[in-house]
Amino acid sequence: MNPMATAWLEIGLALLLAPLLNSVISRVKAVFAGRQGPPLLQPYFDLAKLLRKGAVYSPTTTWIFRAGPILGLATTAAALLLVPAGRISAPVAFPADFILLAYLLALGRFFTISAALDTGSSFEGMGASREAHFAALAEPTLFLGLAALARKTGALSLSQILPAASPLAPEVALVAGALAVVLLCENSRIPFDDPNTHLELTMVHEVMVLDHSGPDLAFIQYAAALKLWLWSSLLAGLLVPPVAAAWPASLTTTLGVFALAGCIGVVESTMARVRLLRVPHLLAAALALSAVATILVVR
Amino acid sequence: MLDRLMLVLILSDLAFLGVSRFSAALSLLALQGALLGALALAAHGSASTERMVLLALIGLILRGVLFPWLLRRTARRAEIVEERNPLVGFAPSLLIGLVLLGIAMTLGARLPLRTSPMLGLVVPASLFTVFTGVFLVVARRKALSQCLGYLVLDNGIYGFGVATVGNIPALVELGTLLDALVAVLVMAIAMYRLREEFDHMNTDQLDTLRG
Repeated sequence: MNPMATAWLEIGLALLLAPLLNSVISRVKAVFAGRQGPPLLQPYFDLAKLLRKGAVYSPTTTWIFRAGPILGLATTAAALLLVPAGRISAPVAFPADFILLAYLLALGRFFTISAALDTGSSFEGMGASREAHFAALAEPTLFLGLAALARKTGALSLSQILPAASPLAPEVALVAGALAVVLLCENSRIPFDDPNTHLELTMVHEVMVLDHSGPDLAFIQYAAALKLWLWSSLLAGLLVPPVAAAWPASLTTTLGVFALAGCIGVVESTMARVRLLRVPHLLAAALALSAVATILVVR
Repeated sequence: MLDRLMLVLILSDLAFLGVSRFSAALSLLALQGALLGALALAAHGSASTERMVLLALIGLILRGVLFPWLLRRTARRAEIVEERNPLVGFAPSLLIGLVLLGIAMTLGARLPLRTSPMLGLVVPASLFTVFTGVFLVVARRKALSQCLGYLVLDNGIYGFGVATVGNIPALVELGTLLDALVAVLVMAIAMYRLREEFDHMNTDQLDTLRG
């Protein structure tokens, strides 16, 4: 198969399997709690149910509220095109594409936040403020880490950086650690935000989408699943060793992505959520990891 | 291999700047002691004599086991758990630590030392440990944190000595270890008395004389 077809096949796989990541996480959490857990296909059932429903719009909202979920999904899907699946390069790859990747995600977040503010609800405003705060703190970590990798591998495109970075090099391991923290933060996972919480005062991401319903909510949930897949495959591309050359590259990366979902499940089962005031400390620690990697590389 | 060890040392220094709980900080101290013991054993490879191995083992036991144990006992008896509102907060401390790391790296690369190139990161990592220790002594309020800072400083100097001098005379080596031991003992007792006397351990409230 030619490389372009493989790359698009990977994207198709991501679009198809992304909701399954959430069921892997909830299955791991269920095992830890001694429960049986929902069926593996539950996220797909939820999406189908939501898509069949109608949406309710409050009269105080404007078109910004309706545009939020659509643009959120569109930017996430566009960002997915830039992420290589391990050794398979992405369909769209050019020098410094990781900057576009970060800002496509930021654009999606901007529209989600705008839609939340558009409702005029104070809870949604609080969530929006927290989301913007955490994202601003996570961004330097991402860029410092990727800059270290770019310098280390001498490549500028994600599709060249990830296959060239060996996970055994200390710098790469440090960046992988930092990116794992950023992954948990960006996807509102447990040390930062509890995706299952139902108390508006403590919610971060979930509170911003309280007013969305029907297909809009389906778009938001699907976009969140895609985003989780995107970050996991970025991290899996760094961590999955290139030793399994005999195996099909797409298989190893997909296995890596699901293994990471399992790890997220373990983290969520064993860790408590940190206090909101401590979240910047955690992100500062991740920034320190990235910065040490950068210092080691430029030394 | 040595570079990996030193990387862990650097990360443990940064962790020192970021943790508030003494139980975690004391575990880090034990880790640093073990790392420096491993460094002393590994730094000179097959060129090391029996005496050097013995000294390294004594240092390892003191720094990795005895000091953390003594301080942990003090912390338990004085019932202190964590450093609350230090003079410089934990996240700013981390950022300052990163700047210090940059300085240590540049200095380590420029200092005209006669070290073997095999040692690589050892000099910068030791310098950074020294800087971290000084910073902890200055920027923390509790006497126990300052004592930890002193021990981190001592660790850095020891690492520096291993890297640059190598074959330290046994008398000097034992002398410094004994000094550190006595210092830790005195500080542990002083902290306990401090706690008995004033019900707190904040050194910045101890700046006026009482008649």
